[in-house]
Amino acid sequence: MNGIHDCGGMEGFGPIEMEDENASKFKEDWERRVFGLHWGISMLGNWGLDDIRFSIERMGNGAYLSTPYYEHWLVANETLLVEHGNITAEEYEAEQERVRAELKSGGVF
Amino acid sequence: MAHDHDHNHEPPEDIVVRVKALENLMNKRGYLDQDGIDLIVDTYENKVGPRIGARMVAKAWLDTDYRNLVLTDANEAAKEVQISALQGDLIVVENTDKLHNVVVCTLCSCYPWNVLGLPPSWYKAMPYRSRVVREPRAVLAEFGLNVPESKEVRVWDSNSELRYMVLPQRPAGTEGMSEDELSDLVSRDSMIGVQVVKSPA
Repeated sequence: MNGIHDCGGMEGFGPIEMEDENASKFKEDWERRVFGLHWGISMLGNWGLDDIRFSIERMGNGAYLSTPYYEHWLVANETLLVEHGNITAEEYEAEQERVRAELKSGGVF
Repeated sequence: MAHDHDHNHEPPEDIVVRVKALENLMNKRGYLDQDGIDLIVDTYENKVGPRIGARMVAKAWLDTDYRNLVLTDANEAAKEVQISALQGDLIVVENTDKLHNVVVCTLCSCYPWNVLGLPPSWYKAMPYRSRVVREPRAVLAEFGLNVPESKEVRVWDSNSELRYMVLPQRPAGTEGMSEDELSDLVSRDSMIGVQVVKSPA
C-alpha cells in the first residue's frame, strides 16, 4: 500500500532526536501498557504481523504523522479486535465511558 | 503518577482511557490477565537487552568458527546465547576495513528485538527512517561517526520477516580481553551501525 509509512528517501522530516542509549524506551506509562497488551494480544495468534502493519497503514497519513509511535500499536489492536469480532465497537465505547467516569471520580490508572 | 522527566506535553487523557478500557475488555474476556502482560513488559524492558547481541559479537571476535556461524546462520548462532524465540530470520552483516553497515526499517520499525531489546525512539521515527537510505554518511556523521570516503557504506532495510544486526569491528587495544570484558564494550548503537565499538579507555 502506498502511503506515508513508506518514507524511505523522503525529505523534510527534520533532525534525528538523539537519546542516551540507556534512556527508558517508554516515555509514558500508557506506552508500556500498550506494549504489553499488544504482545499479549498478538500471542493469541488471531492475526499476523502483516495484518498489524496493514491496520496501521490504514490510519491515514495525517493520523499516522500526528500520533505517537505506540498509539499506532493501540490503533492496530483496536481495529483488528473489532474487525475479527473479538470485541464490538459499542462495548469498547461503553467501557471507555465507564473508565472515563472512574478516572474523573478519582480512580487511579 | 509524578512526571519528573522532560516531555513536550502530558498524554492526552483519551489515550489513557482507551488503553485502560481495552485492558479491561481483554481481562473480562479471559484473553489476557494483568500478570501475563506485566511479565511480557518486564521481559522486554529489563531482561532482553542488547547484551544478547553484545554476547554474540564478543564470541564472534574470539572464536572463528562461531564468527562463521554468525555470518552464515545467525538464527543458529543466536540460539547459543539468547533466552527467547526469534521473530523472523536474523542476518548478521560484518563491518570490515572496507565496509560499514547500518540497519534501518523504512516501512515501519522492524528491529532484531530478541538480540538487541527494545529499539530506541529515533529508530522508529521518521527522520532516521527517511534519511538514512538517502544520505547515510550525513546521518552517521550526526551520530558522531565519520566514515572515510574510502570505505563503502551499506544500508540494510529490514522487514517483518528479515531483520539485520551489525557485527562491528573489534577495536584495537582489546588483545587478551575475555568474552565478558569484550561484551561490555559492545554498545547497542554499534550493532545498529550508527556507532563503532570504541577502544577501551
